[in-house]
Amino acid sequence: MIFEELGHIEEAELEAQSRFERRIHVCAAAGCLASGADAVKEALSGELQSTGLEERCQMVGVGCMGLCSRGPLVSIQPDNVLLAQVRAKDAKEVVGTLGKKPPKRLACPSDLPFFKRQLKVVLENMGRIDPERIEEYIAVGGYSALHKGLTEMTSQEVIDEVVKSGLRGRGGAGYPTGLKWSQLSKESSPIKYVVCNADEGDPGAFMDRSVLEGDPHRVLEGMILAGYATGATQGFIYVRAEYPLAIKRLNLAIKQASRLGLLGHNICGTPVSFGVEVRVGAGAFVCGEETALMASIEGGRGTPRPRPPFPTQSGIWGRPTMINNVETFANIPPIIRNGGKWLAEIGTEKSKGTKVFSLSGKVVNTGLIEVPMGITLREIIFEIGGGIPFGGKFKAVQTGGPSGGCVPDSGLDVPVDYESLSHLGTIMGSGGMVVMDDSASMVDVARFFLDFSRHESCGKCIPCRVGTVQMHGLLDKIAANRATSEDLAMLEELCDLVRKTSLCGLGQTAPTPVVSTLRHFREEYLSHLSGKA
Amino acid sequence: MPTSVKVKTLRIDGRDVSAREDQTILEVARENDIWIPTLCHLDGLSPVGACRLCLVEIKGSTKLLPACVTAVEEGMEVSTQTEGLESYRRMILELLFSERNHVCSICKSNGHCEMQTLAQRLGLTHIHFPYRYPSLPVDLSHELFGMDHNRCILCTRCVRVCAEIEGAHVWDVMGRGVDARIICDLNQPWGTSETCTSCGKCVHVCPTGALFERGRSASEMDKRPEFLPYLTLMRRAGGE
Amino acid sequence: MILPPEKQPMPSDDKRWRLVATAMRRHGYKSHGLIESLHSIQETFGYVSEDALKFTAKMLRVPLSQAYGVASFYHYFNLKPLGRHSCVVCRGTACHIKGSAQILSDLEQLFAVRVGETTEDGSLSLLSAQCLGACGIAPAVVLDGVVMGRAEAESIVHRVEEVVAA
Ligand SMILES: Cc1cc2nc3c(=O)[nH]c(=O)nc-3n(C[C@H](O)[C@H](O)[C@H](O)COP(=O)(O)O)c2cc1C
Ligand code: SF4
Ligand code: FES
Ligand code: FES
Repeated sequence: MIFEELGHIEEAELEAQSRFERRIHVCAAAGCLASGADAVKEALSGELQSTGLEERCQMVGVGCMGLCSRGPLVSIQPDNVLLAQVRAKDAKEVVGTLGKKPPKRLACPSDLPFFKRQLKVVLENMGRIDPERIEEYIAVGGYSALHKGLTEMTSQEVIDEVVKSGLRGRGGAGYPTGLKWSQLSKESSPIKYVVCNADEGDPGAFMDRSVLEGDPHRVLEGMILAGYATGATQGFIYVRAEYPLAIKRLNLAIKQASRLGLLGHNICGTPVSFGVEVRVGAGAFVCGEETALMASIEGGRGTPRPRPPFPTQSGIWGRPTMINNVETFANIPPIIRNGGKWLAEIGTEKSKGTKVFSLSGKVVNTGLIEVPMGITLREIIFEIGGGIPFGGKFKAVQTGGPSGGCVPDSGLDVPVDYESLSHLGTIMGSGGMVVMDDSASMVDVARFFLDFSRHESCGKCIPCRVGTVQMHGLLDKIAANRATSEDLAMLEELCDLVRKTSLCGLGQTAPTPVVSTLRHFREEYLSHLSGKA
Repeated sequence: MPTSVKVKTLRIDGRDVSAREDQTILEVARENDIWIPTLCHLDGLSPVGACRLCLVEIKGSTKLLPACVTAVEEGMEVSTQTEGLESYRRMILELLFSERNHVCSICKSNGHCEMQTLAQRLGLTHIHFPYRYPSLPVDLSHELFGMDHNRCILCTRCVRVCAEIEGAHVWDVMGRGVDARIICDLNQPWGTSETCTSCGKCVHVCPTGALFERGRSASEMDKRPEFLPYLTLMRRAGGE
Repeated sequence: MILPPEKQPMPSDDKRWRLVATAMRRHGYKSHGLIESLHSIQETFGYVSEDALKFTAKMLRVPLSQAYGVASFYHYFNLKPLGRHSCVVCRGTACHIKGSAQILSDLEQLFAVRVGETTEDGSLSLLSAQCLGACGIAPAVVLDGVVMGRAEAESIVHRVEEVVAA
């Protein structure tokens, strides 16, 4: 195929779609599937058939619509009707009321703050297209950024736009993406690799999963552009095995893109070549760390190694390698389509664009959201999230998973950006956001994360391997009201040691949940010491 | 002749020293009789930077860096013996002592153990972390050697010497975290190994009494890892 | 004598080994295909046996200890066969906050099995995962491959009982 044919595919697809009066979107992402979306889709299809409406109404399985707590979700377009908690037995009623007022029981107003306060860049196609059909992606403008990048821009210009956008890595640390790309592009090695980090090991995070399941081509498009910009010709996507649906859809997407010549040798008749391979992780959180991830791709134990050398200098098989997060890549196509300046206008001075969060825990609306940087935590939890269920009282919100900390009530009005969150003693992290009400014990939360870290420690370096175990033991002792103030002092000493001396990010950040809860909820620890709690 | 190597000058503990550009901080420090404690490092084996005892401070960096793998840089100012570093080093050793069952008095390596020597040198007097007392096996199935997991500190010197020097790769690490353990082949008794050549290199590079020659009693097992740099040197010379 | 991978004898005449060998060929019998090979073994046989490890090590020319080291590093690989049914309880943050610990301990008690193990009669393997990515419907439990969301301790335990008894 050549790029101009993209236009034909787009036209043909739009034309095919216009033959239908309506599209019924049924969420086919993990959350809704677990709530029975498959049965709903089948029942709706059956109903359309038996009422002879199947010619006029198109059934589409789509990616996550966000409001996972009220799944299975169904939306009807162009009527802009959203139905929540639909059951298979509702099919008759749903089809019967098409084009009319939807059943009240199921209708979910689409002007809820949950939807209105969001700003969708990365998730723009979520819930709108069938992730298993490349034609649908193309019909909403997919691969036009690639077309533009490869035919109208030099690789340096692509990098320049990414730099201009101010995009920072969404995998946790917030490293400027444009800078990383130009570092790789300066390496002279004939073989370079681009890796998409889809290991998403943070418990409480499912953003990357949703993007891969709902809009896989977007990530591929971002990766191919990265390959072009940096001179890398081979890409890997490292996905955790716990995400079988994401793996399936990625493989499908790769096959479809290759068939159209959007991947492989001489992409669409240009001199650019780029291939992508999926590598499946196997249940090790530490493999999200760059050097461990590379060791795992090489087929070994996922143990990190000291940096420098950094991956962009010496990575997989000693070749320069650049690793970016799923959401980072997903930001690339709109940046190239609309220009870097466009993204830079969203967000705060140092944190540009939007951020996808997975909102979960004790909050009314759990699910997937995307908000502009700079929004406050309070807006996220109380407006978008709808507050604490059952009239409960907010206690803390945990961000950044096992590497992050808890923010108390007093921090809720701080804008969400990399720097502000780190001043609060936590991190942006990859986007997990777990809300806790006043039934949560902060010592227990810290102990929970230390339990996680000690099991996920690779065991290579001593401070993390033994330190996390000792810290967990001390937290156990505190939780059981058996600890003394010396124990607490020892715990703080260990926090400092493990943080400063561990080899990789896992150990260096493992104490954060303890440090942060000690900072904001010290009295809770103390009450355990005196045996009062 | 190797192509001309650049020389770098740097400062370690206030002393100006010069180094080849491909040297690590540890190498340069040793050449200048500046002592930096090490455990996982062994001349002649690939460096792993795992034990964290050789961490040093570098002016201008908030991170502590392992001297054994960090390359020298022009104008670098390194401190190897600050109070903070010494306290970290003692704590790391303490963690090691608390991890498994290190009872020196009945150890074959008593008096010849690198970990024991380090503890003395760093002024470690008592272990204030609780001991874990895991129950770990002793493998006496090999006719010449034994492996006592109670004394293993997972430095992986045995793994590396066997894979990199002997070329047999009998040893590796299984599991992860605190449950990690050194294994022989498919986690089987040493005596049943089909790959072990009984060369004994692993025994001599082991810094503690975990790997030992059988038939020696407490305090008798002294080790001679000095063969290694010699061996690698000879190989390199042979290869050139 | 070292045989080329194509000539290596299969561990048994079970036809499924061919599937595994195909996965290895896809990676050119290179050592970097080790994890992918283990995935294919587990998919085919349900677990990674000692024979499978030996076979893989030979085919990919990886030392035995390295093959074992890798297989045991990744918690996704089972080195022992699983029971007839499997139940994975998520222990991630969102699920923890919503009471997954209770579900786990109830199941442990009822079936007299510890998490990560299989009941004596081989009927059920009780496993846990660190976040299944279904936090929006926490707590999440996967019973024989089917995800169940918003799991309440009582109804889950009941459901597992039913499935195991059937
Ligand atoms: C223990 C550990 C786990 C990590 N897990 C992930 C992960 O699951 N996904 C991810 O994108 N980055 C993860 N990271 C961060 C990556 O190492 C890396 O910084 C990131 O993928 C870079 O991409 P970015 O620049 O696009 O953020 C992890 C880091 C550490 C230390
Ligand atoms: S900090 Fe933890 S995970 Fe990282 S290398 Fe050390 S032991 Fe492994
Ligand atoms: S000697 Fe440098 S980290 Fe062990
Ligand atoms: S925490 Fe259980 S699915 Fe994420």
